[in-house]
Amino acid sequence: MSITVNSPPAEDVQLSNDEIIRYSRHLIMPEVTLSGQRKLKDASVLCVGTGGLGSPVALYLAAAGVGNIGMVDYDVVEANNLQRQIIHGTSTIGQLKVESAKNRLLDINPHINIAAHNNLFTSKNALKLAEPYDLIIDGTDNFPTRYLVNDVCVLQNKPNVYGSIFRFEGQVSVFWAEHGPCYRCLFPEPPPPGLVPSCAEGGVLGILPGTIGTMQATEAIKLIVGIGEPLIGKLLLYDALAMSVDIVRLKKSPDCVICSSQPTITELIDYEQFCGMPLHDQTDEEGAGEEWDITVSQLKDKFDAGDKIRLIDVREDFEWDIVNLPQAELIPMGDLPGRLSEFNTADEHIIMCRTGGRSAQMLQLLVSAGITKVKNLKGGIRAWATEIDTQLPIY
Amino acid sequence: MANIQIPTPLRTFTNGETDITVKGNTVGEALHDLTTQHAALKQHLYNEEGKLRTCVNLFLDGDDVRHLKGENTAINAESSLRIVPSVAGGLIYSHTVNMSKMQ
Repeated sequence: MSITVNSPPAEDVQLSNDEIIRYSRHLIMPEVTLSGQRKLKDASVLCVGTGGLGSPVALYLAAAGVGNIGMVDYDVVEANNLQRQIIHGTSTIGQLKVESAKNRLLDINPHINIAAHNNLFTSKNALKLAEPYDLIIDGTDNFPTRYLVNDVCVLQNKPNVYGSIFRFEGQVSVFWAEHGPCYRCLFPEPPPPGLVPSCAEGGVLGILPGTIGTMQATEAIKLIVGIGEPLIGKLLLYDALAMSVDIVRLKKSPDCVICSSQPTITELIDYEQFCGMPLHDQTDEEGAGEEWDITVSQLKDKFDAGDKIRLIDVREDFEWDIVNLPQAELIPMGDLPGRLSEFNTADEHIIMCRTGGRSAQMLQLLVSAGITKVKNLKGGIRAWATEIDTQLPIY
Repeated sequence: MANIQIPTPLRTFTNGETDITVKGNTVGEALHDLTTQHAALKQHLYNEEGKLRTCVNLFLDGDDVRHLKGENTAINAESSLRIVPSVAGGLIYSHTVNMSKMQ
């Protein structure tokens, strides 16, 4: 059964001759016609995030003629975004993502309105930012913002067009509490922070958000025009390696804390506290705590003083090939538990990785095994390449 | 015997295996066999009290087992179980270790 997000457009929402030419491939489809195109022109969609998912979503919604598109992001365009965030370009590196996105969207379609919100989407501003929009696109990259987007949509009775990606796999759904389950019905709680895949297992195939974001844009357009079967109560699971698409069935949870008949959450909460993780971008420096950390400048001092230390790099071999320190030896974290016998408790050890997170985990393992003369290199090889040897590549 | 599909984030703990044949007559028994075969998966599927984590979703032939009989849901040789993980995106989280828990 098709469902639509908005009421029929007002009489004054009409297409100009230029717009009729532009959208002619829509207008000749009986499922869309002039009526559907006017609904698109009248619609307003908020994209939370202008990254991997937000890029294709916004590009296609703009091209399709969605009349009012809001973009929320607080970040600037970086070179390492361009492998997947196709709304931005080499010429916009350093610009605010929302400004870069706005200019690109208006180049595609000057007949639409773009609102660029250069903000973190937080509990303080989310309700106000989302209020004018019919539909919200979840194009975020972290759990706190996903729960925030969900709760905003439930509280404002709006559809949440959800997409998420990881390496080669993606998920798509439409969470809309009035018509089906919400995100919390499926995922009542986030995974504990320690169980979230680390940088060792992270990464994303650049084209994957293109596939998933395009599916999100498709769902948004279906909801706006009021055609087809929306992914309400269904979760689409895409595997790019297997090139498989599966759909599992979702149900509304009778115990859902926000969308059940007896909700315990009736207003926005502190999502960073709820998830135990930040809702901003990745931290470049991670550590094990002051007592256990050593900075890159302290490590350099030790090298310069000729101190006898054993520097263990726990990254993967393919990361070692990108950049490494000649003083280090490679023991990937997966191998470390089986190689504890190679450690001498009398030696001084320093553990390092890319940013200091995995090495902090391994430090914990070593200390548990009685190897206590051990420190964690805060910020990892990224910090070394940033502060000590700026000729080294950063990834 | 039944088949369990392992999602990408958990394949690190199954030596990269994507489909694993397990023994058992219920979802719970199948999971027990899975974590016996791949012990590192246990902490990802179960919490400290030995209960299935709420962030882990199990679908039996396309249906959420929470809306069937949970871990007591019966399975057969033709059953296909699928673990659907909670995935946020490409964000890399801090693994800051709380060393005070080591005492």
